[in-house]
Amino acid sequence: MNDLFEYLLRLGDDRLILGHRLSEWCGHGPVLEEDIALTNIALDLIGQANLFLGLAGEVEGAGRDADALAFLRTDVEFRNLQLTEIPCGDFGFTVARQFLFDAYSWHLLGALTSSQHDGLAGLAARSRKEVTYHLRHSSEWVLRLGDGTEESHRRVQDAFDAAWRYTGELFLPDAVDTNLLAQGIGADLPALKPIWDEMVTDVLGRATLDVPDVTPTAMNSRSGSHTEHLGHLLSEMQFLARSNPGAKW
Amino acid sequence: MVSTLTPEMVRSWLRGVKDPEVPVLDIVELGLVRSIQIGDAGEVQVDITPTYSGCPAMEVIEGEVAEVLAQHGVVEGTVKRVFSPPWTTAWMTSEAREKLQAYGIAPPPSGEVESTSPVAMGATVRAVPCPFCGSTNTTLQSAFGSTACKSLHTCQQCHQPFEHFKAH
Repeated sequence: MNDLFEYLLRLGDDRLILGHRLSEWCGHGPVLEEDIALTNIALDLIGQANLFLGLAGEVEGAGRDADALAFLRTDVEFRNLQLTEIPCGDFGFTVARQFLFDAYSWHLLGALTSSQHDGLAGLAARSRKEVTYHLRHSSEWVLRLGDGTEESHRRVQDAFDAAWRYTGELFLPDAVDTNLLAQGIGADLPALKPIWDEMVTDVLGRATLDVPDVTPTAMNSRSGSHTEHLGHLLSEMQFLARSNPGAKW
Repeated sequence: MVSTLTPEMVRSWLRGVKDPEVPVLDIVELGLVRSIQIGDAGEVQVDITPTYSGCPAMEVIEGEVAEVLAQHGVVEGTVKRVFSPPWTTAWMTSEAREKLQAYGIAPPPSGEVESTSPVAMGATVRAVPCPFCGSTNTTLQSAFGSTACKSLHTCQQCHQPFEHFKAH
């Protein structure tokens, strides 16, 4: 097993799957500006996925490019966090999940900019500039919804409560993380948790929201354990590429 | 003839390649061309860097660069994407900023982007001067616009909605 290939799949798959979820909002945003914002963020994430999966394919050296990795793997071969695959739900859940992921991604990519692997460090620095805009946007919405009307407060609090159980594995290292950290390539996940906690607690506090009192569940997403939602997502995302093998436009 | 080829000559050819989403700017003044290498046999490699990871203009730009090289008789032309260091609006020339302004898009501030808190801190958004009347009495409508590189604003003075090329 090539640890670096696995690591790059994780980075690519998180962004591909969340980018696809956000693209579901296209044409359904609550206001035009937000429709454009959600799809812009989706485009950034899918662009980042293209880069990370492209590098993964090069590292693997088996002739698979980003498209082959995105469109020709089955659900158990995906390495994304379950947090990124669960359905968008209402706008409150979309915002809550996005903020939790953006805060994680911002800290993780920040750490990876000093990776000993130049290719990975370069993509992390490139992507982090974009994630800075995403994080500012999602945190603004957390403040607006949390400190908004009684209904927006209740619904975004419910969303954080529902999303919270998926956050446990964000900072749980496995053998791949440990090996790459020892080589100076990967990030120190447990070291990122306190600064993520601090950022999330600060924004939720200012939004008059409670940090959920929910115990996160063990997930093993990084080994290919997923919810039933991922297969349905892939069937929509992959059907065109699979029914027209090798098609270009 | 190919032995006389210089990076400056190639750079001048590349002034003809425009950003398809902001056609008033070429890829040299946008700061996308990172290096031009010329081999002994006249082969040319152009390194370009994307503005945003998902920018759909990149493929079009790469195709046009390859075409320009071929038009000038370069037999072996390659276009390579480089990601490090990441592109920044600080690389945009002052001429490019003036062209954007004249085109009706508020240019990004010159120099490196100031680092601000990544999370929302309330009213800390810098006022972007209106490209039409110059007023700083403008409001941000959305940080995300018609393309990845632009945000949406409204001028409270002349009531004109306008786009801003984001500092990045």
